Amino acid sequence: MVAPVVLVIGVIIGFPLVRGVFLSLTDANEANVQRDIGVNHIPATYKFTGLDNYTAILTDDVFWNRLGWTVLWTVACVSLTFLLGLTLATMLNRTLRGRTFYRLALILPWAIPAFISVFTWQMLYNEKSGLLNKLLAGGGIDAIPWLNDPTWAKLSVIAVNVWLGVPFMLVTLLGGLQSIPGELYEAAEMDGANAWQRFRNITMPGLRAVSSTVILLSTIWTFNMFPVIFLLTRGGPGDATEILVTYAYRLSFVNSPRNFSECAAWGVLILVLLSAVAVVYRRALRKQGEVW
Amino acid sequence: MRRGIPGIRGITATALVAGLALTASGCGGSDGNGTANSGGELSGTVTFWDTSNDAEKATYRKLAEGFQKEHPKVHVQYVNVPFGDANAKFKNAAGGNSGAPDVMRTDVAWVADFANLGYLAPLDGTPALDKTADYLPQAVGSTRFKGKTYAAPQVIDTLALFYNKKLLKDAGVPVPKTFAELKAAAKKIKDKTGATALYLRGDDPYWFLPYLYGEGGNTIDAHSKTVKIDNAAGVKAFAAIKDLVDSKTAITDATDGQENQLTALKDGKVAMAIDGPWDIEGARAGQAFKDKKNLGVAPVPGGSTAQGSPQGGWDLSVYAGSKNLQAAYAFVKYMSSAKVQQETTDKLSLLPTRKSVYQIPAVKQNEMVTFFKPAVDRAVQRPWIAEGNSLFEPIKVQMNKVLTGSATPEQAAKATGAAYRKLLKDYK
Repeated sequence: MVAPVVLVIGVIIGFPLVRGVFLSLTDANEANVQRDIGVNHIPATYKFTGLDNYTAILTDDVFWNRLGWTVLWTVACVSLTFLLGLTLATMLNRTLRGRTFYRLALILPWAIPAFISVFTWQMLYNEKSGLLNKLLAGGGIDAIPWLNDPTWAKLSVIAVNVWLGVPFMLVTLLGGLQSIPGELYEAAEMDGANAWQRFRNITMPGLRAVSSTVILLSTIWTFNMFPVIFLLTRGGPGDATEILVTYAYRLSFVNSPRNFSECAAWGVLILVLLSAVAVVYRRALRKQGEVW
Repeated sequence: MRRGIPGIRGITATALVAGLALTASGCGGSDGNGTANSGGELSGTVTFWDTSNDAEKATYRKLAEGFQKEHPKVHVQYVNVPFGDANAKFKNAAGGNSGAPDVMRTDVAWVADFANLGYLAPLDGTPALDKTADYLPQAVGSTRFKGKTYAAPQVIDTLALFYNKKLLKDAGVPVPKTFAELKAAAKKIKDKTGATALYLRGDDPYWFLPYLYGEGGNTIDAHSKTVKIDNAAGVKAFAAIKDLVDSKTAITDATDGQENQLTALKDGKVAMAIDGPWDIEGARAGQAFKDKKNLGVAPVPGGSTAQGSPQGGWDLSVYAGSKNLQAAYAFVKYMSSAKVQQETTDKLSLLPTRKSVYQIPAVKQNEMVTFFKPAVDRAVQRPWIAEGNSLFEPIKVQMNKVLTGSATPEQAAKATGAAYRKLLKDYK
């Protein structure tokens, strides 16, 4: 009965993956791969180059610089999103008037396609005509070069990504919270545990399974969060907000002919990095007695 | 180089084009099979990707659809693709063999690149090239690649200094001829009018070229296969833009420059901006130019040793995989005809590429043409090599870095040169 699963995974994941790995070991680019355009037949003339692409990437400062910022960006985004999501989820996990309204309002960012949100933010951030600076001007504060200064641009992209990511955290953590039996809290209260003790000893362990999964997922997504960076700053100013995936894109799709092999090598490296993170993370959880 | 914002419109357009292409290839019958029918009459659909901006697109749509009057059996499918997306979108469609347009309005820097990849149909000996002796010689430059012609020139342009006549008059300063003069006038302009002297496009590398040419520099020399940008002139050019911003002569942005520049000019917040004919209509729609005569145009200011602005423009190219080549050729012929060129000049003040059109009285008297024509005649032709368009990205990154203070002009010039040598493997 396993055959269909194997087949589907092979077709939709296996083939592209193997093809990507193969391309990363060649010098294939837009000009030397085989294609037929109308009457033009262009034969494949790329060749196998072994690990050349990988050596070139790993010996270049650019890779390590970008990796540094990508890690910082991921850690900042995931921790802020998680903390905010957890706080909001805890606040919503009780009976209060208009709970449905709050929940809906908080899920709203999720319902809007990411690129629309990003464009809206881009308008808000506009240094000369954006709403944020107009508000600051109203308070007598000088305009802030949101996307035109390396440091501000970094903070700005993190803010947008956190804004986009909180609803997911909120929903999943709220689900986790609701699966914790209320009796535990009642019993703890009877034993005289205060709010913090209840949170520390009931909520946190109860949420562990959910939170470990969402943190891992969120890490993977944020690490590869192309649209926020690309649409908001295109990696700029300069290359200040460039993460690995946007850099790979710039390298491989902005220049011509597009370098498929180099792009594939970047893809494989990113995959390897994320797989390593996932393995290490799982090990760490297992050591804490988590079955995952 | 005009920047566009990718958006819903672009995505819908792709979906639409992809859908159409599927339908066209699916039916494959007599309607879209690419040749004229027995009577010699053209039929089928011609999909046209137009890259003109918001102020121009209505005119282009009307002109494109005007082709149907001459060829009633041909349906023109007009699609506006924002300039910023068009290059990548065309490459995706052409390389993947689905959804590419039959005809595209192609930036002059893209023709050699697309031709090199085998995406364009050579036009020599086809009906697309009509009365070629009538084309301005400099406009033909970008259409040729390895001895063949891959496009028909449609519009030619260059950058110039747009200025607000009233603001300069109120400040009592003449139109600056060099960036040094502009800098000297900046304080007067600010004190007397409150406006900043210049908007400097810090987000788009095309706008770096006047500063580079002004210092006697260039990006590369295609003849001797040498990278030029990291020489002393290149360093001076990066220093020049930094100086204009630091001295508060100019304001700038690292993103959204197209929109911000036009808004600043339209609202009278800046007295001058470097811009091209494509923004004439946009600028005139602004508050500061309610009196259309208030918009002045002058040559791009010179640098410390020279003066120059890049020659740009638009060509019409035909996709090699077009299912309807004959109609596509006819469409190119029509869109680059003297009649259509005259109309784009009348309505949009864009510059024709045909000598004969400049002889028409209405065109001759067009104020923008009278200015831009001599400017275009002296504009600097860029190297029309396959990698020509790729030369911009490294400049963009580095000019951003210089303007935000994260790289010195020396570092920026060096880094750009290094990026060029990676790109152009056989260059010194």
